[in-house]
Amino acid sequence: MRHTDHMGFYPRQEDLGSGLMDQVLDRVGQTDFSVFTSRDVKAALSHRTRTIDDFAACLSPAAAPLLEDLAGAAQRETRAHFGTSIQLFTPLYIANYCANLCTYCGFAADNRIHRMRLTPEGIEAELRAIADLGFEEVLILTGESPKFSNTAYIADAVRQAARLFRTVGLEIQPVNTDDYRLLHDAGADAVSVYQETYNPDAYDPLHPGGRKRSFPYRFQSQERALRGGMRSVGFGALLGLDDWHTDALATGLHASLVQQAYPAAEISLSCPRLRPTVADATVNARDVHERQLFQILCAYRLFLPYASITVSTRERAGFRDNVIGVVATKVSAGVSTGVGDHAEGLSSGDEQFEIADGRDLAQVCAAVRARGLEPVMNDHVLV
Amino acid sequence: MTDTFTLGGHEFSSRFILGSGKFNLELVRAALDHAGAQMITLAVRRANTDAPSILDHIPAGITLLPNTSGARTAEEAVRIARLARELGCGDFVKVEVIRDTKYLLPDNQETIRATEILAGEGFVVLPYMHPDLNVARDLVGAGAAAVMPLAAPIGSNRGLAAKEFLQILIDEIEVPIIVDAGIGRPSQACEAMEMGATAIMANTAIATASDIPAMARAFRLAIEAGREGYLAGPGRVLERGGEASSPLTAFLDEMGLDEVPA
Repeated sequence: MRHTDHMGFYPRQEDLGSGLMDQVLDRVGQTDFSVFTSRDVKAALSHRTRTIDDFAACLSPAAAPLLEDLAGAAQRETRAHFGTSIQLFTPLYIANYCANLCTYCGFAADNRIHRMRLTPEGIEAELRAIADLGFEEVLILTGESPKFSNTAYIADAVRQAARLFRTVGLEIQPVNTDDYRLLHDAGADAVSVYQETYNPDAYDPLHPGGRKRSFPYRFQSQERALRGGMRSVGFGALLGLDDWHTDALATGLHASLVQQAYPAAEISLSCPRLRPTVADATVNARDVHERQLFQILCAYRLFLPYASITVSTRERAGFRDNVIGVVATKVSAGVSTGVGDHAEGLSSGDEQFEIADGRDLAQVCAAVRARGLEPVMNDHVLV
Repeated sequence: MTDTFTLGGHEFSSRFILGSGKFNLELVRAALDHAGAQMITLAVRRANTDAPSILDHIPAGITLLPNTSGARTAEEAVRIARLARELGCGDFVKVEVIRDTKYLLPDNQETIRATEILAGEGFVVLPYMHPDLNVARDLVGAGAAAVMPLAAPIGSNRGLAAKEFLQILIDEIEVPIIVDAGIGRPSQACEAMEMGATAIMANTAIATASDIPAMARAFRLAIEAGREGYLAGPGRVLERGGEASSPLTAFLDEMGLDEVPA
């Protein structure tokens, strides 16, 4: 397994061709962040729409001292495109089996954690418990196990969720177009797949085994999801795995190229930072401190003003409260990253990572309103 | 005589319509109290929710204009419009069909198709469109009660970027022209009214103002001023140096009406 080429495909993995991937890797490979000056950054801020060079300038070291200016420009874009709306959702982990060996993840196959997957009854109990809290959008998550959480199992969960929620999103193992179509027909409308790192050389040792080892198959996931009928696709790099400037640039560029190729696609971005896991309490986001994370978020907003940006409970309440409305437009609440934590009486599978903001829906809504913003439970109608 | 306009048998004296993309309750109150709105749009995708919604805060007598935002095809727009009717939002519908998430520009072709179907089902259809004269005519032919051209990309606050084409629509189209999207300042609303628009829809401009009630009031005054200016008929703009004291055509009056030159 270790010797499988991480730039190749496994059997039965659909290959759409490497056009967008080559564009992203070429462009990112040519970028030297040290050449940008504060003049480039100020010019980027003054532009009505921003080029890839403008985006790179905003991510560069030269932009760091201008963070306040970046934030002001980003806030204007956010207000123009999203007004005061902040969308709320909560994730539901239905299984934590995983066949991958990602070296940084609590769910990795070789971690000795309590594994479980919810039965249909368990899923129903969890979904009802979440719906009773007032949520109308749910994000269904699994580990990546073709055996314990295959498409048929997830599709059943989606059908259950679609009866109780207006919007059902998925964060599951990448699948082929036909499987995405099946999941869309079951009632899911949004798919997020994080590339983790866009540097293939760094990706290789971080993913020593499991089908996630294929870098290009993962890269093409959003396109397959859109071809399968999904409305919305999410992108993200797991910040802290590799050089964040490069990974952020690649993430934004990937999202923008997919939007160009599929103009009707709704684009969302996430900005997860590495968090400690049950297997390794020392895992952290290294040089991506809050200041760097905020710079990345501002650069994302300036380059892709129309994209929804989610800030998860990996970040502390004080950080989340200050970035909503400025850059972020979507936040989670009432989060547990373990399996079966919402309903009483269900035993809990171990968590994927530690969360930093444990507030419930009412507390997060109050914090949103305190900023003069409006919590929105649903911004979508599935027809 | 009061200056009113009619849509689908309803008479409106206010020429300000509140868009709802960026609603909050303060904005709704400001639009009603300070801008005098009699019509408020409602995104069905958000009204279709169990949480306290905009619907709970709109007093009787205000006309709801549900929109089909989120629709990417005519079929989706039609289904959202029917859902709005089932939700009890009345027969008005603003048709929005958008399959571009970057600029949110309307798809004129699909909009014509949706308008035709919905008008056939008895809806009062107000289509949001890119200002194109042929499309506007087709929309009227399809049964639109008004045409809602954009002034600039939605949410952009860039004002009357499409001014020349809006003027053509105002001049040529019989049904009311409601200028929608892109109006960022009261002065721009005033100018559109002075050009002869029937009404103005705005949202972002007010929603993102520092003082929402004050901006709502400013829009009301600007729209009223523009309307009065239009009704009064703007005076001639004289060429530099003034009007020639001896008009070049003065000699034409030298001969009596019935006189024929020999």
